[in-house]
Amino acid sequence: MSFDIFLQHLTNGISLGSLYALIAIGYTMVYGILRLINFAHGDIFMMATYFAFYGVITFGVPWYIVFPIVILLTASLGMTLEVAAYRPLRNAPKISIMISAIGASFLLENLAIVIFGGVNKAFPTPEVFTGVVQLGPVSLQKLTFYIPIITVIFLVALLYLINHTKTGMAMRAVSKDHETAGVMGIDVNKTISITFGIGSALAAIGALMWGLKFPQIYPLMGVMPGLKCFIAAVIGGIGNIKGAVLGGFILGVGEIMLVAFLPSDYTGYRDAFAFILLIVVLLFRPTGIMGEKISEKV
Amino acid sequence: MKRGLSILLTGIIMTSVALSGCSGAKKADSNVIKIGVFEPMTGANAAGGALEVEGIKLANKLYPEVLGKKVELVIEDNKSDKVEAANAANRLVNKEKVNAIIGSWGSSLSMAAGDIVKKAKVPTVGASCTNPLVTQGNDYYFRVCFIDPFQGTVMANYAATKLNAKKAAIIKEVSNDYAVGLAKFFTDSFKSLTGDQNCIVEDSKYNTGDQDFTAQLTNIKAKNPDVIFAPGNFTESALIIKQARQLGIKAPIIGGDTWETDEFLKIGGAAVEGATFSTFFATEKPITEESKKFLDAYKAEYKKDPAAVTALGYDAYIMILDAIKRANSGDGEKIRNEMAKTKDFQGAAGVITLDENRNAVKNAVIKIVKDGKFTYLDTIEPKK
Repeated sequence: MSFDIFLQHLTNGISLGSLYALIAIGYTMVYGILRLINFAHGDIFMMATYFAFYGVITFGVPWYIVFPIVILLTASLGMTLEVAAYRPLRNAPKISIMISAIGASFLLENLAIVIFGGVNKAFPTPEVFTGVVQLGPVSLQKLTFYIPIITVIFLVALLYLINHTKTGMAMRAVSKDHETAGVMGIDVNKTISITFGIGSALAAIGALMWGLKFPQIYPLMGVMPGLKCFIAAVIGGIGNIKGAVLGGFILGVGEIMLVAFLPSDYTGYRDAFAFILLIVVLLFRPTGIMGEKISEKV
Repeated sequence: MKRGLSILLTGIIMTSVALSGCSGAKKADSNVIKIGVFEPMTGANAAGGALEVEGIKLANKLYPEVLGKKVELVIEDNKSDKVEAANAANRLVNKEKVNAIIGSWGSSLSMAAGDIVKKAKVPTVGASCTNPLVTQGNDYYFRVCFIDPFQGTVMANYAATKLNAKKAAIIKEVSNDYAVGLAKFFTDSFKSLTGDQNCIVEDSKYNTGDQDFTAQLTNIKAKNPDVIFAPGNFTESALIIKQARQLGIKAPIIGGDTWETDEFLKIGGAAVEGATFSTFFATEKPITEESKKFLDAYKAEYKKDPAAVTALGYDAYIMILDAIKRANSGDGEKIRNEMAKTKDFQGAAGVITLDENRNAVKNAVIKIVKDGKFTYLDTIEPKK
C-alpha cells in the first residue's frame, strides 16, 4: 500500500471517527447526569434528519435557516421525551427507566414509519458542505474539515459549561445524588431537562452532519449509528465527554483501517470489529479508557 | 437395500407433511379469488417493493375479475427482512388462504418464502427476483423475469466489448443473495471474455445498511480498474457511486436491475450520471400490445413513466389470472400445472415463455443514467 493511499484511508477514518465522536458526546452526557442509557438517542438523531428533510425539500426553506430550527426542534423533542417517558420513573428502579427508553426508541421508529413512510429519502446536500477538495493525492469532501472542527468546538463548550457555570455545577450535583441536590435547592427537573435539551441538540447536529455525509434517510437509520456511538462512549469511558470523543475516533479510524488492511474477503465484517473492540475493552478496562473514578463524571 | 428403505420412509414422511399442510389450506370464501402480495413496504427495499405493488394494483384495476369471481389483493409487508418475509408468506398461506402469491422484490426475501409456499402448494410468482435459487427445486415458484446467470453475462459482455475493459473491480453487498450471485456470474463471464484469470483486481464486500464505503473504494482506487461492477440495493449503490466520485474514481460503474428507482437518482444526484445497468423493460421500446395498454394506464394513473419492475409486477398478476382461467379453478395444484405450461404469453414487459425451471426466457435491456433520467441504451437477446 502506497503512502498516498494510506493518507486517504487515514482521512476517511478521521472523518468517520469525528462524526461518531460528535454523536457519542450527547450519549455520554445524558448517561453522566442520569445514569441512564438513553436508547432513544439514535432515534432522536433520526427525527432530526427528517425535520431537516421536510424543511429544505418540502417547504423549500434555505438550509442555513432550517438547520438552526432543526436543532431547536430536536432539543424540544428530547425534552418532551424526558418529561413523558423518564420523569415519571425518576424514583423507580434503574431497569424500569431503561425499558422505558427502549420503548421510546421503538415508538419513535414506528411513528416515523407511519408518518414519513418506509421509503428511503434523499437528504439535501448544499454544495458548501459536499463539494470536493483535492489536497495532493487525497480527495476530501469539504465536510471532512468541518466535522472535526465542530466536534472540538462543542467538546470545549461543553467542558466549559459543565465545569465553569452554575448550570454545570447543578448538573454535576444532580449526577452525584439527585435527592440531596434537590434538598440543597437545585431544581432537579429543570437541570435534567436542560441536559436532555443539550444532548438532543448535539444529536441533531450529529444528524445533520451524518445526513450531509451519507445523504439518504430512513426511519431505522438511527439504530446502527446509535449502537456504534454507544460503543464509542463505552470504550472511552461512559459518562466522560473527552472519553467519548476519543472512543469515537478509535472506532472510526479502526473500522476504516480494518477494511483497508485486511484481505478483501473480510471487508464485510467491519461492524463485527466495533463489537469485538467493545468486548476487549470491557475485559481489560471495565470502566473504559478514560473512565477512572477520579475523572470528572459529568 | 437399507438406503432404499430410508428413501422410501423419507418420501412417506414428506408426503404426509405436504398433505397435512394442504388440508389446512381450505379456501375460506369460494366467491373471491385471493391473490396475496408480499413485498417490502418498509425498510431498505421499500422503494423497490412500492414500485412492484403499483404494477400489481394497476393490473388488478384493469382485470378485476376471473372466472366470474372478484379478485382480491391481500398485501403484506415483509419489512425487507428475511424472517418477516417468511412470516408474511405464512400469514398469506395459513390465515388469508390465498389462491396464489406475488412476490417479492429481492431474491433473499423470496427465498425465505420458498418452503412455505411449496408445502402449502400455493403457486407463487416472483416479479423481479433474479437469483436462480428462488425457483430451483421449487415446483410452486415461478417468475416473470430472466435470471442472474444471464444478467451477469450481459453486464460482463457490456464491460468487455462496449467499454473495452480489461480489469474490473467488484464491490458487492455480501448479505444479499442477489448481489453475491450476480457478482459470481459476472466474474465467470468476464474471465472467459478477457481470457485473463486475474482480470478481477479487487473483490470488495459490504453489509446491508452500511453507509461508509470509503475504505473499500480507496482500495479499489489503488488498483485502478477499467470498470467497477457494484451489484446491490439502490440505496447503498447510490452512496457507493457518490463516494467513489468524491474519492476521484473516474472508472464507469455498472450494476443490475435493482438500481432503477427514483431514490437511486435522488440520493446519487449528479454522481450517478453515467451509471449503467441491465434491466427488464424500457418504456421507449414497448414490446407487445399489452405493453401499450400498461403504459397508457400507468401514465393516466400515476402521471410518470413506469419502472421495469412495475411492468413485471403487472405481468406477474396477469400471468396468474391467465393460469387460473386455463385451470378453470382456484385450486393451487391445478393453477400450478397450467402456469408451468405458459408459453408466448403477452406480458407488458415482453413475451413470457417459462423454461423447465419456471424462469422466463426474455431479452435484457441496458439503461444508462443520462441528464438525471434512466435512458435506453441497448437490448440483449438470450442465447438460444
